[in-house]
Amino acid sequence: MYRYDEFDAAMVADRVAQFRYQVERRLAGALSEDEFKPLRLKNGLYLQLHSYMLRIAIPYGTLSAQQLRKFAYIARTYDRGYGHFTTRQNLQFHWPRLVDVPDILAELASVEMHCIQTSGNCIRNVTADQFAGAIAGEIEDPRILSEIVRQWSTFHPEFSYLPRKFKIAVSGTTHDRAAVKFHDIGIEIIKNDAGETGYRVFVGGGMGRTPYVGLEIGRFVAPEDILAYLEACMRVYNEYGRRDNIYKARVKILAHQLGADEFRRQAELEFAEIKKAGTLQLPERELARIAAYFAPPEFENLPEESPEFDAALANRDFANWAKTNLTPHRAKGYAIATISLKAIGATPGDASADQMDALAQLMDDFGYEEIRVTHEQNLVLPHVKKRDLPVIFARLKMLDLATANAGLITDIICCPGLDYCDLANARSIPIAQAIQQRFADLERQHELGELKIKMSGCINACGHHHAGHIGILGVDKKGVEFYQIQLGGSGAEDASVGEIMGPGFGKDEIVDAIERVVDAYLKLRMDGERLLDTYRRVGMAPFKNMVYQEQLHAAY
Amino acid sequence: MPLIKNGAFAKDPFIFVPEGKAFPEDMGVMVTLERFQSERENIFAHNMPVAVKLASSENPEVLKGDLPRIAAIAIEFPIFRDGRGFSWARMLRTRLGYTGEIRAVGHFLFDQLAFMVRVGFDAFEVRQDFRIEDFTRAMGEMHYVYQPSADGKKTVFDLRAVK
Repeated sequence: MYRYDEFDAAMVADRVAQFRYQVERRLAGALSEDEFKPLRLKNGLYLQLHSYMLRIAIPYGTLSAQQLRKFAYIARTYDRGYGHFTTRQNLQFHWPRLVDVPDILAELASVEMHCIQTSGNCIRNVTADQFAGAIAGEIEDPRILSEIVRQWSTFHPEFSYLPRKFKIAVSGTTHDRAAVKFHDIGIEIIKNDAGETGYRVFVGGGMGRTPYVGLEIGRFVAPEDILAYLEACMRVYNEYGRRDNIYKARVKILAHQLGADEFRRQAELEFAEIKKAGTLQLPERELARIAAYFAPPEFENLPEESPEFDAALANRDFANWAKTNLTPHRAKGYAIATISLKAIGATPGDASADQMDALAQLMDDFGYEEIRVTHEQNLVLPHVKKRDLPVIFARLKMLDLATANAGLITDIICCPGLDYCDLANARSIPIAQAIQQRFADLERQHELGELKIKMSGCINACGHHHAGHIGILGVDKKGVEFYQIQLGGSGAEDASVGEIMGPGFGKDEIVDAIERVVDAYLKLRMDGERLLDTYRRVGMAPFKNMVYQEQLHAAY
Repeated sequence: MPLIKNGAFAKDPFIFVPEGKAFPEDMGVMVTLERFQSERENIFAHNMPVAVKLASSENPEVLKGDLPRIAAIAIEFPIFRDGRGFSWARMLRTRLGYTGEIRAVGHFLFDQLAFMVRVGFDAFEVRQDFRIEDFTRAMGEMHYVYQPSADGKKTVFDLRAVK
């Protein structure tokens, strides 16, 4: 994985000192809260319902054992013994004290981590496919470009006071696990007909109150031009993005108002100007230097089959876990293992200090250099020998980290909701937990197949409800929590925005309603269809009929 | 308002002349873009240095043909969160090759000064209580930069290449 050189280290150290001075001025009253707010936000520090919240950047979701241990240490020393992994592959601590934050930052800097630009109206932490470097069919490891973009966007003097936040994601395969079309800019690494690698650039995707799938703006951007192209798109946005209305300030509004052709025309005018100056061309040597950090580990030459693995399949728990939580690896005899942070009844995305320490130990024991965070709020061991899997599974099980539900109905994406968040209208964690309990039976989960439930406690859509096969949105109706159901969203390569089914359900009705959606799917589905496929084939009406009619029956 | 120019307090050679007011005889004048455009010839005929003040929504490209005759361009920050001025300054320096003064006016923070200098601002109208030590401090907070801008500072990419 990427390692800081003296320049990267100096940047982070300077930032810690700078933020320390900002906190001093705030505590001394020299900065008003209004003036301090954007400064602390640019360093990932939010003021939540009950306390501050600190969001730590995990660039493109890659972590070392040492970094994971540091999270555990911070969780114990400065927080309440746990951390929360987010849909942007970051980690949040929900209970730090303001006076401690500079010290926490110094701790993070000691392991090459920071909170730079994890919030605020700037370019946020870049996210990427969690299977980078491990999955077959990858054109290029998306973390190479992600790291280049991370550096270019860090303390960018021109784009640190944008109309609104700006999120970039990169995918290196045709199968999109990074939700690139739901980002302000999504980059898909592609090959052209001549076999050259380049970048397809989508602009203006997003969720929130006006969800949009990104528009294809750059059809094939040459690697050396990508920063110039991004800078061009950013400049169009900085100059013309709306600043009069916070709800219309994201680039998605500008891009969709201009349309793809006009946005592309403006971006390409800028691009031509930037290329004239020439300073943003990416030097070959720097590209090679960064790429070398992401060279895959040397894989042993193993047979595809492993007797240890095959023998362990006799154990039903292991077999179930293998079925959902393992993904084929590009190297023979290896697998990609997803560690679910969605144990039934747990808070989606949370990990305790003990779990983080134990995972770091497991990484050390097996010589794993890195662990990944997924946007679906799980963790991933990217390069596991199949013969080691039975032992890995046993150890994960002892840590409550062997839940066999990756991609299934209980693998729910969920925002912190009204339990923590200042913006939320409704609680989401207890609803997610109740749905997990209802569908806890693993056989039933397997019967339902891939089914992505995503839930947000307000219209800001941090829980990606627009992209859920089933999306749930918490709303507030005169002080009472209600939950709307959406169907048909997808955050993958077949990206789509879900449609609202109809009137919402109370907190005591929503789990039953979800169950009726699922029952309707089972009645309607044809062979091999996921709920998403069935919905796309039959539309909303049959689902709606069954869900609301049976609600009436139930009332009598 | 105190003016910082090239890192030190300086006497302001311009006076802002509001709509409808006559130009003073012996001083440089600063006018809004609207007034500049409507009284262009008259303003240059005055024969004192001319400065134009742009609102944050005004793209400096409209001044393109007149830039060699404009001594200073003031870019207004109505609120520190409005970052359009960063792009206007960058565009003036890098694309339009403007070498006159670019002045930040309005509401901006100590913490934005380093970014402002990077994109091409070299003059700042600051609050009465602003201390020059703070300006110096702001310039020294970060030692390196990752991306090229109007200041021509060597980037980390450049520094790595010569290591």
